[in-house]
Amino acid sequence: MSFTLLAVQILNGLQLGVVLFLVAAGLTLVFGVMDFVNLAHGVQYMLGAYLTAIAVSKTGSFALGLVGGLAGSLALGFAFELVLFRHLVRRDHLEQVLATFAVILIVTDLARMIFGPAPIAFPLPAMLSGSIALMPGLAYPVWRLVIIAAGLATAFLLWFLITRTRTGMLLRAGSTHPDMVSALGVDIDRVFLFVFAFGAMLAGFAGAMAGPILSVEPSMGDNVLILAFVVIVIGGIGAVRGALVASLIVGLVDTLGRAFSTDLLRLVLDRSSAAQAGPAIASMAIYLVMAAVLIVRPTGLFSGERVTARSK
Amino acid sequence: MIGDALLSRLVRILVHPATVLAGLALTIALGQILGQSFWVTLATRAAILALAALSLGFVLGQGGLVGFGHAAPFGLGAYAVLIAGELGVREILVLLPAAFAAAALFAAATGALALRTRGVYFIMITLAFAQMAYFVFAGVSALGGDDGMSIAGKATFLGAKFLRWDVNTAWLALGLLTATFLFLSRVQHARFGRVLAAARDAEERVAALGWSVYRVRLVAWILAAGLAGLAGALMAEQTGFVSPALMNWHRSGELIVMVVLGGARKLSGAIVGAVVVVLVEEFLGGVTEYWKLGLGVLILAVVLTRAVDLSALLRRTAR
Amino acid sequence: MIGPILVLDDLVKSYGALKVTDHVTLDVGAHEIHALIGPNGAGKSTLVGEIAGTVAPDAGRVVFAGEDVTAFDPARRARRGLARVFQTSRVVPGFTALDNCMLAAAVTDGSAYRFLAAMAGEKRTAERARAALDRVGLADRADVLAGSLAHGEKRALELAMGLVQEPRLLLLDEPMAGTGRTETERLTELLASLEGEVAMLIVEHDMATVFRLARRITVLISGAVAITGSPDEIRADPTVRAAYLGGEVAR
Repeated sequence: MSFTLLAVQILNGLQLGVVLFLVAAGLTLVFGVMDFVNLAHGVQYMLGAYLTAIAVSKTGSFALGLVGGLAGSLALGFAFELVLFRHLVRRDHLEQVLATFAVILIVTDLARMIFGPAPIAFPLPAMLSGSIALMPGLAYPVWRLVIIAAGLATAFLLWFLITRTRTGMLLRAGSTHPDMVSALGVDIDRVFLFVFAFGAMLAGFAGAMAGPILSVEPSMGDNVLILAFVVIVIGGIGAVRGALVASLIVGLVDTLGRAFSTDLLRLVLDRSSAAQAGPAIASMAIYLVMAAVLIVRPTGLFSGERVTARSK
Repeated sequence: MIGDALLSRLVRILVHPATVLAGLALTIALGQILGQSFWVTLATRAAILALAALSLGFVLGQGGLVGFGHAAPFGLGAYAVLIAGELGVREILVLLPAAFAAAALFAAATGALALRTRGVYFIMITLAFAQMAYFVFAGVSALGGDDGMSIAGKATFLGAKFLRWDVNTAWLALGLLTATFLFLSRVQHARFGRVLAAARDAEERVAALGWSVYRVRLVAWILAAGLAGLAGALMAEQTGFVSPALMNWHRSGELIVMVVLGGARKLSGAIVGAVVVVLVEEFLGGVTEYWKLGLGVLILAVVLTRAVDLSALLRRTAR
Repeated sequence: MIGPILVLDDLVKSYGALKVTDHVTLDVGAHEIHALIGPNGAGKSTLVGEIAGTVAPDAGRVVFAGEDVTAFDPARRARRGLARVFQTSRVVPGFTALDNCMLAAAVTDGSAYRFLAAMAGEKRTAERARAALDRVGLADRADVLAGSLAHGEKRALELAMGLVQEPRLLLLDEPMAGTGRTETERLTELLASLEGEVAMLIVEHDMATVFRLARRITVLISGAVAITGSPDEIRADPTVRAAYLGGEVAR
């Protein structure tokens, strides 16, 4: 394996990692703050991709389209929370699982009905669709670099919000002293509304970012959701920093595993066995990382900074 | 008023496990007599999914363990049949134990880790491990990868080509379902089931008495997975085809839906729920390609009205 | 001479900067009734958790019946003969009083892995459970769901579940909490009648109960043992009087 190939795969891994982070960040807060199981978070990711793709083609401007997509995702987040999710927060986990699973079934079918089952195009402006040479012999797609930069910028923004703003401090205070937060007269339902809607927007942003490189289709949220779960288990529920670290771990392990497992296995196996076993083992890699974390720290790597407002 | 009482009684009779099992038997028998092979296929499918749902209902209802990965042991049972077929083994008396063992082994390894956690973690981890099984089999090209693969011929029973006739597969599925139901009904009232149920409601108390809650749950988890493996093996026999789609995580969700729609606290609820969901799918699927939307609305209705289960929803809406 | 049933050897537990168990050393004799008292926040509940196995100490050992059980989980300690009566009743609400008691009795009578025989048909377990219910005065409430029992009855059921385990040590965490005067007196007399049969470590706020039952009393203040002594010594100790007992003992 050459250095160039390794560098490209590392960048690909980072890119997958930051997309996962955008999905997992909002989800881990919703899980942590409200002890709420939301299976329908992948749906927000899918809707974000659709809304942005449509807004881009309707306005003819990528920037306007992106703003429209984000605004639409945020609005949908508020709508979902007000109409349905706030009624589920105090239910038991089984009911939450069922209701949010039902939302997946309903919204996915509605998306198929409205947008059609086939993937839709999500064109990038010329400026963002080419590649640039990072060094001699290493050309890398501009858009993927944009994703990495946008993801890291969002991570920084979240860090700022959580450590430097009143709302963020309330979230963190709620993690250790839930009674104090309600004693301060904070309406925990409102906190949940905004955390939920903001998380929906982040997931929609992830969908908008991933849309141009993946196919935008109704079930695109399914796999991302489960990868986000793996991220949250590794990072620890409610831990945004844990979500960032775990996202990058999962992104890198998955990408590098798929790229190099067959080559690595060739060191110990013959060519055809390696070609057989490589893909299967590569797809297990992130789950094995998860299992290892569970053995060492059953509540995740960063569970110490857990944000929780109530427990059932 | 009289209508309500009548409906209430009717619902109660309809959801009785004996009624449902007899209904399945009648469907198979009539299908065979009248030459309606579709009836036989449908009843077989219902019985197989009921067996899978029943096994999940045991750990979920009695054990309180919300596992979101039951499609994995189901699919592993099916793959055990496929792999055995590739190795030239077609004897059902070997296939079924192999399917049970494959699913149970997977559950032992993943359950040992998942059961160290609670609540949201448990749900996510069981889902993640099930998805791992899905992707592993999707990656094995020798077993057809994503597309899956046909099984080499029909299974034999003591060497006889007994399962060449679909109707025999149907009776086998119904027989296993009935036997499993009777077995789990016994377990429910035996020590094991009582300790499991007590731990669901008062875990700390049960542990303080000296029962190893972790181990009891792990055994229940493994038993349930093994039974789901049997269901998967039957599914493989019925369709003659195995693919990773059997392990799609939506199936895990559908199995939970079956358990809850029928009533999770009653063991028989899973059987009722499975039959209802299969019929709803069949009916809605015939009307529209968007049948999952209909299923979703049904689930939301049950959850949001706090009807607990479908029969309660029926009774309530009659008022 | 039989050694002590329970020895706490230099236990330490901190939550952050707060030392909730501060080098606690104490022992409970083989047939002793030992009381643990102290003001609210003295660390009694944490100590009970460390003895039962739900709280892991940072340092020190818990020795039960001559065996170091510090690393044992609650279930394993229970099987060694440690029965816990919870502060707030943790009976299984959906089981009848008898079923709760049978659940407790069955531990010393075979494994959990019986899959076919109905538990209700286990004659010997049922007899032992009924005897324990009878002993705490719940014989005629055997078939009532534990969730619908009155508060005092739940406390009595907790106690019956503790007794039916035939423990070597009863760990009683505020057994009289929330019970009325007559009920408290009845349960106190019941516990007194068990003296010599089973050792007890009793955490209790009700001083009448403590002084009626205990042969030795340990006072815990701010996580540390202030004094261990006979009831008379505790009554006479000026620091204890000042810090904790106040006027209550004067009565």
